[in-house]
Amino acid sequence: MAHYDFNMPIGEADARRLELNDTVTLNGTLYGIRDATQIHMFDRGRTTRFDMKGHAVVHTAPNVKWVGETAAHPSGYAPICIGTTTSARMERFTRPLMEQYGVRIIIGKGGLSEGSSDAFRDVGGVYLAIVGGAAALETTWVEQIEEVDLDDLNPESLWKFRVKGFGPLLVSMDSRGGSLYTQVNNAARDKRAAALASLGVKAS
Amino acid sequence: MKVDLKEVEEACKELYIRALKLLPPDIKDGFKRLDATETDATGKAILGTMIRNIKVAEENQNLLCQDTGIPIYNVTIGSDVEVDGYKLKQAIVKGCERATQEHPLRSSVVHPVTRKNQHTSSGRRVPVINLDFVEDSETLSIEMIPKGSGSENNSWLKMAVPADGIDAVKTFVVDCVLDAGGKTCPPTIVGVGVGGTADLCVHLSKIAATRPLGSHCEDPEGARLEAELSSAVNQLGVGPQGLGGDSTSFAVHVETAATHITMNPVAVNMQCHSARRARATFTPKGLSYGF
Repeated sequence: MAHYDFNMPIGEADARRLELNDTVTLNGTLYGIRDATQIHMFDRGRTTRFDMKGHAVVHTAPNVKWVGETAAHPSGYAPICIGTTTSARMERFTRPLMEQYGVRIIIGKGGLSEGSSDAFRDVGGVYLAIVGGAAALETTWVEQIEEVDLDDLNPESLWKFRVKGFGPLLVSMDSRGGSLYTQVNNAARDKRAAALASLGVKAS
Repeated sequence: MKVDLKEVEEACKELYIRALKLLPPDIKDGFKRLDATETDATGKAILGTMIRNIKVAEENQNLLCQDTGIPIYNVTIGSDVEVDGYKLKQAIVKGCERATQEHPLRSSVVHPVTRKNQHTSSGRRVPVINLDFVEDSETLSIEMIPKGSGSENNSWLKMAVPADGIDAVKTFVVDCVLDAGGKTCPPTIVGVGVGGTADLCVHLSKIAATRPLGSHCEDPEGARLEAELSSAVNQLGVGPQGLGGDSTSFAVHVETAATHITMNPVAVNMQCHSARRARATFTPKGLSYGF
């Protein structure tokens, strides 16, 4: 188990070096992306001006306050509360994010499935687990909302955050096909019959 | 007691914000209990981050979680309370909308077909307002629950048959916890509805999921199920965030209702670890806030 501090963006070799249970802390640019953002990007032909090559995305739709564009708030938005949503709904967007936009890291909660594991292995990427529901803490890692794109989808815009000490985050899916979620889920299913037996139920 | 609707509107605004920022004491105690007994290193670290987040939210007066949820207002009206029901509902909606715009909060509510967001946390039939009435009381109580989508997206109904008996109920609950994995933001409160009609059964599961920790089903059969199921789901090892550990659920809560001779319905609705709720109580002595 190793710890890595990444100044974003990173290269393929950086992503492939990561193993399950390693931890990562990010600095620099981090993109925020959500269901509607990706539906519009991958199903409705919209594009973004942002260069996400080698970058990380976090599954989020933040609470923000419009304060007008200033040096402190170049996007015009001040962060109020930025946290992470359940990733599973966005499973089918992992591969296009990596292949079309060069994304290397997806940050989320609850994990992704086999299709994403395959994409991480084929293209070179990882999934980092953040603690869901710990948004007050996560917000303290975000220095600024630098830019925003596709803002007609607000709050599901494409957000460009500047972060400092964003983590530590747990490598829970790596580029070798490993997934802590699959491991835990398989182990839990192995305990199903015993749990049912404790309830006086014979497992079917 | 005559209700001042302007005061209700203000309270419903305040309730939404309070619910998002202050975790009830019973949930904090639940975290202490899980943290003391968790044996998995990853699980223990995650619980530590969650506990730290509660403190950071209080210190920074910030929201515990970014998900402002679907707003639910549970209203209980005493028989000696004088209020216009229609205007009461209007005041609740107004308070909810004002919280969203004045704080401001992320409006998480969209039209189901157009997906258009009015940026008010309200829309057709939302906020959800549930009304109940109690006898001989000069008390109006409003409970506010911002129900997060991570947990709400993990909701299930099974119309089991009588021949499958209570075993079908127990098996279904265990399988729902397995299916949910980390998606519900565990440790959760697993709410189980048993009996009723399909819609009542689902509603009961929501009541169960949002009940305070330490409370028990008034039906002794339901209370017995709660104890058995709480122990069983925590044998699975799903753990905090679905990354392994002993702390899969704070508790399983059960609510029951009579059902049809041909029916055996069971519903599961989960509450995430950010098990937020807030309460305003109006009495002749004035307004007070709590959980």
